[in-house]
This record gives sequence, C-alpha cells and structure tokens, in this order.
Amino acid sequence: MAGPVLEIANLSVAIRGSGDRPHAVRGINMTVGANEIVCVVGESGSGKSVTAHAVMGLLPKNAMQVETGSIRLQGEELTTKSDAELRAIRGTRMAMVFQEPMTALNPVERVGDQIGEVLEVHTDLDPTERRKRVLEIMRAVHLPDPEQMIDAYPHQLSGGQRQRIMIAAALVLDPALLIADEPTTALDVTTQAQILKLVRELQGRKKTGVLFITHDFGVVSEIAERVVVMRLGSIVEQGSCEEVLRNPREDYTKMLLAAVPSMTPPMRSPVSGAVVLQTEKLFKTYGRRSLFQPKARIVNAVSDVSLTVRRGETLGIVGESGSGKSTVARCVARLVEPTSGAVRIDNVDIASIREAKFRSMRRRVQFVFQDPYRSLNPRRTVGEAIIEGPMNFGLGRKEALQRARDLMAVVQLSPDALDRYPHQFSGGQRQRICIARALAMEPELLIGDEPVSALDVSVQDQVLKLLDEVRRKFDLAVLFITHDLRVAAQVCDRIAVMQRGVIVEQGTTTEVFAAPRHEYTKALFEAAPGRHRDFARKAAGR
Amino acid sequence: MADVILDIPIAAPAKPAATFRNLVHNPGVVFGATVILIVLLMALLAPWLGTIDPTAINPIARNKVPGAEFSLRTDTGERIKMIALFGTDGLGRDVYSRVVYGARISLLVGVSVALISVACGLFIGLLAGFFRILDAIIMRIMDGLMAIPAILLAIAMVSLFRSSVLTVIIAITVPQIPGVVRLVRSIVLSVREEPYVEAAVTLGTSTPKLLWRHVFPNTIAPMIVQGTFICAAAILVEAILSFLGIGVPPEVPTWGNIMAEGRQVFSLFPHNIIYPGVFLAMTILAVNVLGDGMRDTLDPKMAKRV
Repeated sequence: MAGPVLEIANLSVAIRGSGDRPHAVRGINMTVGANEIVCVVGESGSGKSVTAHAVMGLLPKNAMQVETGSIRLQGEELTTKSDAELRAIRGTRMAMVFQEPMTALNPVERVGDQIGEVLEVHTDLDPTERRKRVLEIMRAVHLPDPEQMIDAYPHQLSGGQRQRIMIAAALVLDPALLIADEPTTALDVTTQAQILKLVRELQGRKKTGVLFITHDFGVVSEIAERVVVMRLGSIVEQGSCEEVLRNPREDYTKMLLAAVPSMTPPMRSPVSGAVVLQTEKLFKTYGRRSLFQPKARIVNAVSDVSLTVRRGETLGIVGESGSGKSTVARCVARLVEPTSGAVRIDNVDIASIREAKFRSMRRRVQFVFQDPYRSLNPRRTVGEAIIEGPMNFGLGRKEALQRARDLMAVVQLSPDALDRYPHQFSGGQRQRICIARALAMEPELLIGDEPVSALDVSVQDQVLKLLDEVRRKFDLAVLFITHDLRVAAQVCDRIAVMQRGVIVEQGTTTEVFAAPRHEYTKALFEAAPGRHRDFARKAAGR
Repeated sequence: MADVILDIPIAAPAKPAATFRNLVHNPGVVFGATVILIVLLMALLAPWLGTIDPTAINPIARNKVPGAEFSLRTDTGERIKMIALFGTDGLGRDVYSRVVYGARISLLVGVSVALISVACGLFIGLLAGFFRILDAIIMRIMDGLMAIPAILLAIAMVSLFRSSVLTVIIAITVPQIPGVVRLVRSIVLSVREEPYVEAAVTLGTSTPKLLWRHVFPNTIAPMIVQGTFICAAAILVEAILSFLGIGVPPEVPTWGNIMAEGRQVFSLFPHNIIYPGVFLAMTILAVNVLGDGMRDTLDPKMAKRV
C-alpha cells in the first residue's frame, strides 16, 4: 500500500443542541502513513478525542455527527459506511486503546477471553487456535507468564499489565491503524515509559500507522514522528516532531511549549524561617488483626516518615500512585488519623489530641485538593464557600465577605465571581477559588495534594505561579504533593521522594535533580518523558 | 497588579428553573400530576360535588344498581329523589358519595406516611451514614424491621392499639422507614468522600452544619422521588388494611372499606368494588408514573442515558 493508512480531509463534526460551540471539530486535514506515529496534542476541549472517535465511528449518536469531509482508511471512505460495515472494520483494520485500563476491561471476564473475543467475532478460528493466538500476542506485548495470566481477571493485574492487555486486544488482528487515546495518562511514569516503548516496538514490527492522542509534550517528544497541534476544534500547526518542538511557527504552540515546566530546577536560596510542620516517625497502617480476623491483610500506607517544613518554604513529596504521599498530607491535615508518630504544628502535637480540641487548630492547616470540579459544593456560591471557614472561627459575615473580596484580587478573579456558582467557572478558575478559600483562613501551612495535575499545561503554569506568589506574600509553609517531576523542579525548595510508604531520599531540589542517590529516584528520572528536552527554552528560541 | 482574568462563558441558566422546565416537559410528570390534582380537588370539594352524607344509612334503598333512583329523607324530614350514580351498598349508603369522601382518607394517609417516613428516614439515615459507631446499631435494627413483612407488622400494630386513622398512618409508616434509611445512608456514604466535604472539615465546620449544608442537599431529589413511591404504597396498604377489616373503622368511608363492604355481594352487585377499585388503581398509577417521571428528570445518571 503506497498511500497513507488514514487520510482525514476537511472533516467537521457538528455538536447537536446547545453547546458552547457549534462544531467539536472544524475543517481538519491530517494523514497517518504506514509505519508512522502521529501525535495529536491539545488541551482539553481541543477536539482531539472527538477526531479519534469520528475515525472509529464511535461518536455519541444523539450528540455529535460528521457534517462534512471525508475519513479514508487505506483509501476507503468511512463516513458513508453503515454501522454493520464499520463493525467489521473495527478490530480488524483499525483498533483503539483507551485511557482508563481499569474501566475499559470487563471486570468479570478473564483477560484471555477478552482478547479472544476479537478473534471470535472477526475470524472462524476454533477455540484451541484462538487460545494459541492469544498466547502469542500476550507474549508479544511482554506480559510475564502468559500461560498463567491468560486465565486471570482484570483486578488481578496491575495498571500497566491491563494496558498491555488492551494493546494486545487491539493488535491481535494486525490492524493497519492503531488509535491510542491518552493510553498512558492514567499510568505511573515508570509504567508509562514501558508502555511507550512497547507501542514503538509493536508498531515497527507490523508497520502499523499510529494515531496517538496526548496532552503531554514529554510523551510527544518520546514517541512522535509527526505532531498535530489542535485548539478549539481546529488544527493550529502540524509538522515533523523536531520541527514543531524546536521551531514552532504559531504563537499558540509557542505558548504551550513555554508552559511546560523545565526539568532543571532554578537556583533557590535556602529558607531559614521557623519550623511550622514537623512529623516524626509517622505511621499509618490500614487493616488490623483481631480475634476474628487473625489473618487480615495489613498495609503500611506510610511508615516512619519524618519531615519538616519551614515558614516560607515549599517541600515537595514526589512519588508514584500508592507511594503514600497523599496519605502523609491527609495525616497532617488530620483527614485521616495517623496510627502512630507525631505531627507537630508550631510545636503542638496534633496527632494525639482529640478531634474537638483540634478543630480550633484547623485554621492553621489548609488544603487544596486535586480535583477542582469536586472540591467546591455545586449548590453554594463561591462567596459562601470562601466565607464558610472564617465564619466558623467567629468572623462576622460582613468582615468575611470583605476578606473574600480582597482575596479575589489576590487570586486574580473579579469580585463579582463571589455571587456565582462553581459550575460557571473553568477548572483553573475553580482552583484559584479553592486557593482563595484556603487563604481566607489565614493559614500557616498550605497543603496542595496534586493541585495542578487535573489542569491543562497553560492553566497549570498560571496556577503554579499563583501558588508561588501567595507563598511569598503570606510567608506560608507549603507541603506540595505531586507525581510530576517537572512541576516539582519548578516549585519546590526541597524534595522528599516516597516509595511504598517510605521516604527513600530527601534533599534540596537542586541536589536531588543534579545527582539522585537512591535507585528508585534514578529510575523515576530515567522514566520521565522527554527528560532531555527543555521545551520552554526551545520555544523561546534561546 | 496582574490583570483580571475572568472569562466566564455564557452565564449558565439558574438551575432550579431548568429543572422545573424539564419536569413540565416530562409526559409522566404531567399525566401523574394532573390525575393527582383532580383526585385532590375531588377530596377537598367533596361536599359540593352533589354528594350526600357518606355515612347515612338508608335501609329501604339497599343495593341499588348504578343509575337507579332512590328516595332519601333529609334532616328536615322531607323526602327527596336522588340518582345513585355508582349505586348504593348493602346498608343503602350512596357509593358515589363514599368514593368521593374516601379520597380524603386515601390522600391523607398517603401524604402523611410519605412525609413522616421520609423525615424519620432522613434523620436516622444521616446519623447512620456519618457516624460509624451508630451505623452498626442502627442498621441492625433496620435489618430486623425489614425482616418482618410490612403488612404483618401493620396488622400487629393496629391490633395493639385502637383502630383510627392515626394508628393506620403510624402502622404503615414504620415498615417504610428502613428503606428510606438505607437509601439516605448510601448517599451519605458516597457524598462524605467528596473533596468538598473534606474541604469543609479542614475549614473547621462543625458536624451538624456540615451535614446540613453539604450532605443533606444531596438527598433532596432522591427523597422527593422515594416519597412519591412511598405515597403510592401507603395508599395501597391502607386500602388492604381496610379491606381486611383492620384499618380505619368501617363506618369511615375509605376505598378499602367500601370494597370490603361490597365483598359478600360482589357477584350480584359488583359496583361496590369496581368504582372504588378504579379510583384506587388510577390514583396509585398516577403517583407511580409521577415518581418515575421525576426520577428521570431529577437523577442526572438516568438523564444521561436518554
């Protein structure tokens, strides 16, 4: 086949009913050649997923519809095909891998059967041959011990293994086109690195064309041959990976690249303020052996964690999912009770005092949560959300509202935002509101639990700058939980790396980034996508 | 000073108005609400709808078929001619008047049971969902209550006390409470994990305030829906209890009592059962259809699947 595997020409997808815009995708052109990986990058709402779903013929029927344009798979028009014809093509000539491997697999079916299902539908192989093919493809995606794993259920596998199963199911019939919709976003960095390597390897083997959707420029630099940048349903720029990342032509691309935090931490002078938070031999275990459950499983979510945060200092806790970094934060805010150890705020041990007594100290420790869409009560106005805390501590309504208005200026929102409801704001704006809500308490310690990981890069950049600003302005101690090394490099004075509940390495950000000592820290850095690139510098043309 | 970056999109419509519009557009809601409104008006305006005293016994006009004429002695002693629209029963009472007045008891029982059981269930459910220690105790009591068949429990309670409308209401309410408690508890358990509830904890909000401001509003819509279903069930159970002769005292006109009265002579004079039966069935159907319609519009999960 000489022509491209996938050819999208002048494609427009209309949104039915009242959306914020009439088209999800408007007039886009792109191609994917055989043996080529094309990355579609964009922020949320850019139409990148809609494009993928349009190709697969999986647009939600009542909500979206291909209006004009053509989608050709190996020269064959897809937009005019019936549902039955599309079904025959899906799985055999094009296949898709989804973002969430937890939900994309059926939890009550053996993984082998789920891969075998593709063969059962599209071929007339008998069960023994099918099993042989499934084992083959499971070996090809490097799953350990396929003979055992073929009969496992999804919950018995790790996230990375599940994603390998998804890839195996997608590639078992050697489709010409593989669409991967953020396949590594839900995975840890080390797992992500392995999956990216696997996609490259499998793609090369059968000369598959890959349409890879992502929001992460690190991933782009690792895997893409060509890059398509999308914004609000249109293509902003496309070209070879080097060209776009090194010399972006459009302002939007330049802005996106400039917003990617650098892996090189800036020079920071050591902070010598008073110690605000000190944890000592902090443990949190889940599960307890008792008379009735002598063999209950005990999980050490946090063990022996000792750290200090000074006034005006940001301590980052970095780690993968399940490392216990969030649990530490929640113990400090006493959203969970630590099992043993001390948590001292201004030299008062809050781990052992009673809940009722601790309530008076709540003011000093404030929390900014990860998900800005769920951390504000949708039924209460922004103003009510912000004044709730101060009024709990005896401030009058008028004074509290005045403080809220002042804080709106600090977080750069207009004061009339106070009368609106959370659903009227974007994710970044909501996170600003959450920061204002925390600041209204005049805290000494601000805890951010992945406060920017649900946000787009450009918004992430602004929120990080805001956090840094308020830290300086109010001389706050900040405990910053993140899985993103780039973010950690930019905002943290010191870093603690956690693995399986234990701090494996602790030091100033510059030290840790320049010369990681622990094996695990080294592995983390090794896996960080696009670690050799400094996107922002390239974009600025320096 | 950095510039203000507030780009609020098109101001979203105020939520309550949108919900109300959706409700009005749902055919189930419109049908159910219309029928219930008619029955409610009928109950309220009973004395002015050409009815006579529903308890007046008239031995010479027993078991008249619908449409038959019968004479009636008024309080002043005159005799007047009446047409028995729905016939008369074995004691010569006008079935039409009894059915119209019967709507009062049915609606009273249905609405009070719904209100009381939802109120009690909400309170107990909020406590059970939020306090781990109470949870085990409360839920075991509820399990115990659920193990007893509702009708049997109601029969037992009515036979313990003097039969009256209030006894019947309490007897029907008690077995409905565990269902509400379970529903509320499950909502509380999922809502308390929401970050905005945790945020309120870190803001030092006291527990009663927390429950009232952040947890309780999430239960309103499901409670409205559950309430309508309880209302329909209560109307039915009241009719069953009356039919079995253990509900409201027999001289009080209720749909169940009328049917019980007509049971012995059903093969000869079916009108005693058919008319109240039709009203009972239509009312319960209407309440259930209304509940279904409201669930579809109020529950976002159901709405998405449309």
